[in-house]
Amino acid sequence: MTDDAAIHAEGLRKTFGELVAVDGLDLTVHRGEVFGLLGPNGSGKTTTIRMLTGLMAPGGGWATVDGVNVTTSPEQVRRRIGYMSQRFGLYDDLTVEENIRFYASVYGLRGRRRADRISELVAELGFGERLRQMAGTLSGGWKQRLALACATAHRPRVLFLDEPTAGVDPAARRQFWDLIYDFARQGITIMVTTHYMDEAERCHRLAFLSRGHLIAVGTAQEVRDQFRQPSIEDVFIELQRRDEGVVV
Amino acid sequence: MSLRERLAASTIWPMLWKEFIQMRRDRLTLGMMLGIPAVQLAMFGYAIQTEVRHLPTVVLDESRSSESLALVDQLRNTGNFDIVGYVPDRKALDEEIRAGRAMAGVVIPPTFLTDLRRGRTAQAQVIVDAADPLASSAAMSGAAQAGAARSTAILAQTTGRGPPLEVRVRPWYNPGLRSAVYIVPGIIGVLLSVTMILITSMSIVKEREKGTLEQLIVTPIDKTSLMLGKLVPFVLVGYVQMTVILLLGRLLFDVPIRGSLALLYLLTFAFIVASLGMGLFISTVVRSQAQAMQMGFFFLLPNILLSGFMFPREAMPVAAQWLGLVLPLTHFLKVLRGIILKGVGVSELWTQTLVLVALSTLFIVLSVRRFSKRIE
Repeated sequence: MTDDAAIHAEGLRKTFGELVAVDGLDLTVHRGEVFGLLGPNGSGKTTTIRMLTGLMAPGGGWATVDGVNVTTSPEQVRRRIGYMSQRFGLYDDLTVEENIRFYASVYGLRGRRRADRISELVAELGFGERLRQMAGTLSGGWKQRLALACATAHRPRVLFLDEPTAGVDPAARRQFWDLIYDFARQGITIMVTTHYMDEAERCHRLAFLSRGHLIAVGTAQEVRDQFRQPSIEDVFIELQRRDEGVVV
Repeated sequence: MSLRERLAASTIWPMLWKEFIQMRRDRLTLGMMLGIPAVQLAMFGYAIQTEVRHLPTVVLDESRSSESLALVDQLRNTGNFDIVGYVPDRKALDEEIRAGRAMAGVVIPPTFLTDLRRGRTAQAQVIVDAADPLASSAAMSGAAQAGAARSTAILAQTTGRGPPLEVRVRPWYNPGLRSAVYIVPGIIGVLLSVTMILITSMSIVKEREKGTLEQLIVTPIDKTSLMLGKLVPFVLVGYVQMTVILLLGRLLFDVPIRGSLALLYLLTFAFIVASLGMGLFISTVVRSQAQAMQMGFFFLLPNILLSGFMFPREAMPVAAQWLGLVLPLTHFLKVLRGIILKGVGVSELWTQTLVLVALSTLFIVLSVRRFSKRIE
């Protein structure tokens, strides 16, 4: 049924008191896709990702990630996914190497396998002489890379990135996206939220959320055509305008 | 998978590894956790003296006789009065006390010797600045004792008979009536409470604040490893703190350990678990380290005030005594003082042991149920 889907959601819903954060979301992300989740602040992007990663229990509907139900088997899901938020989740008082080692161990890697994986990540992401630096003293771009290394220490099948490039300089953002494409080429599915429209244009497919509803899904080209706008940025602004017209 | 393999694969190990590295690097907290016992012990041990002695005392001796000198000597020998000077008249004596240069005054009237000689009851007066009841009570009872002792001596001299009645008081377990002896075991309890409740809850909430808890939640780490990983290091810290205080108590204040150390360390575990339960509970309620601190103090203050650490529980109203009963520290203090000062064993501490185990189970169950691997 959903075997070829990396992520599949039906009628996914979440409310916080009166507020409906996500309202009946249907979504399918294919394997190996770089899938962008877009929408203004408060549109339900983060809540969606939190439900798909098991950080929050869905209030209604259901979803599978890599074929596993997130509500009934959250622990199974956690072994298959990587998650990186804009807060990075790094230990400032551990070194770069210790952070990677810690997360690799938590994901069950031990001994030789762990050592190999750490050197692999260190080489791939180019940490080099920064290995013994405290994570707290890294620049934003390096913190982001380290967070990515920690989130992928166990070679996840699906990678969730919640605004991974917020507050990072353009050069670091460009390099980060190159890394994301490397992962995608290795067959990892990636779901990413962003406020940068140049990043949105680089996704294989996009979904637009507005006040908890999914209002458009497709390639960047398809979404532009649907809204008759010249760029994704214009689509975004148009959506925000509509939102503000209705909200409060 | 065999048990051994499963144990080796447990996520508790990376958690502990990380906690110990972080603890080692956070020099300030580590220093406070290990240095504070020493400082507090020295501070409280030397400073808290419920028995106030050596009150500066002035004497108005209008009798100027060997008998009046003997009485003054007797007073001085109680250790409660330090004679700082003689005054010529009553006005000067009042002035010395009012100005705070003296806390007590001894007045011996001119008729003192003649009254004694004629077999009449001679009178002397001891005036005590009793604005602070705690400070003056020892002096007042000391004065009465000195008077009685002197009377007996004079009676024995003149009649050749001893006193018809004598009451001998034997202060057991702390014959020198030294406050430090009583306070050292208490400090262990209070300090463990502070570490287990405050520092533990703050350390867990810090992960929430920094977003690392969110990151951990999406990993396959199990709830048990996550909680144990945060709590176990503090169990060790607690034992180190206790050992430091016991050693220093021995070295600085000569506090004996009369009972079984093994029993003490064993029962301490129940108390540590109960306090960690409270710390864990706080961490599930609050959102920030600042809130954890405030709430921690909310838990700590009754522990210090109602447990019997500072004020005797026997002197409290019944309601306060009942409230004190739900505090683990109340029971732990009995264990500490019982084992350290009285050398009692398990048979005398059954009730406390059961209550401590019950309270620790209660707190742990409550907080583990609240602690969930979700973030809402």
